[in-house]
Amino acid sequence: MEGEGLLVRKIRSGVVIDHIPPGRAFTMLKALGLLPPRGYKWRIAVVINAESSKLGRKDILKIEGYKPRRRDLEVLGIIAPGATFNVIEDYRVVEKLRLKLPEVSQGVLRCPNPTCITRKEREKAVSKMVLVSHDPPAYRCVYCGTTVRGEEIHDLISP
Amino acid sequence: MAGNPFKGRDVISITDFTRGDLELLFIEADNIESRAKSKPLEGKVVALAFFEPSTRTRLSFETAVKRLGGSTLLISGEEAISVAKGENLADTITMLDSYADAIVIRHRYEGAALYAAEVAEKPVINGGDGRQHHPTQAMLDLYTVYRLFGSVDGLTYGVLGDLRYGRAASSFILGLTLFKPRHIYLVSPPQLRARREVLEVLEELGIPYTEVEKLQDVLGELDVLYVTRIQKERIPDPREYESLKGSYRVTLDLLESSAKETLKVLHPLPRVDEIDFSVDNSKYQAYFLQARLGVKVRMALLSLVMGG
Repeated sequence: MEGEGLLVRKIRSGVVIDHIPPGRAFTMLKALGLLPPRGYKWRIAVVINAESSKLGRKDILKIEGYKPRRRDLEVLGIIAPGATFNVIEDYRVVEKLRLKLPEVSQGVLRCPNPTCITRKEREKAVSKMVLVSHDPPAYRCVYCGTTVRGEEIHDLISP
Repeated sequence: MAGNPFKGRDVISITDFTRGDLELLFIEADNIESRAKSKPLEGKVVALAFFEPSTRTRLSFETAVKRLGGSTLLISGEEAISVAKGENLADTITMLDSYADAIVIRHRYEGAALYAAEVAEKPVINGGDGRQHHPTQAMLDLYTVYRLFGSVDGLTYGVLGDLRYGRAASSFILGLTLFKPRHIYLVSPPQLRARREVLEVLEELGIPYTEVEKLQDVLGELDVLYVTRIQKERIPDPREYESLKGSYRVTLDLLESSAKETLKVLHPLPRVDEIDFSVDNSKYQAYFLQARLGVKVRMALLSLVMGG
């Protein structure tokens, strides 16, 4: 988090997501459901376009007091594979994870096909997409075979 | 049967099966009439859950079950069943699962058969879901080719019609990938070209194929011409359907002028006007044989899935 100390102070507990490709920080907040008004529950620092020796430019998110849910890693991995996810307790990093594209996404990515059984409101069928390509990322719906690629995937994340 | 890979199994997509599985099915179909005498489905009930209108597939399954000594439980048409009153598919399947020994499902939504198979403990056979899969149709199509030519391999295929929304065409193309076709010509108007996910399977497996618009350009090369209709119910925009219907028509004159003497024309039926009646009594016609063999293949499948 080089140089970013000048911008935002350390947090006591919560999560810090670093090495986010520039422009994806707000996508992450939206996908996590942390945009206002719900987002006002936490103190959130968003650093956009910080300098990075690895990426050239990067975004950083610090969310004070946030306890990550199990699906967060999946959601964030889809948006920013390669970013680092740090869990902070008492100012210290207690867990550090490298985000990656999940091999299987269950209940997170909504199938875009309106006639897929997972889109039928009264059914309990949970969407299930499997990773079929890393670069560019592509997921295929197990139920209807529809494949989604690249940036389009981010729009399909269920809040 | 020792090592029967079908026993107790769900039948959702043709690609769930191997070439070896289908060859076993073909052998079973060859011998099914003698096997049927022992009534392998006696005392068994097969639920035919047809949430979407169908005549041929439903009657074919019904005939197959009865010839094997079993009985059927039929729900047909959404209006007639609880779904119309608001019951969801999962509840209907759970109910049928407790009554029947196997469930055949047809549904207008893609993935409905796989979802039903997840809900049910008994084997679920996909009788067609949405625009995606119709595995038993593909099985009987491939069996018809096998009966006509002695092999599915090494032939040049033309698949004509609605390759985008038509599940029979998609399943047939995917079924061919289990064998070694010499070439597949995908013949359709640009709006009805095969879906990307189907083409990706052909590419991944290195199956040679070409997309063309005019049948006349490739007809002379074909051993099998698989014709499908443009289905009004699957094309979202009615204006698009009006502009596409009747965009191709197979006539006896066309076949006699360009096709190989040994060409066989298949069609999953029903046809509208894409194959002229003049073809019916010609040497090219194989679609009535195909319909007849459908019962044998479904008998063979039910026998393998539910029998010993």
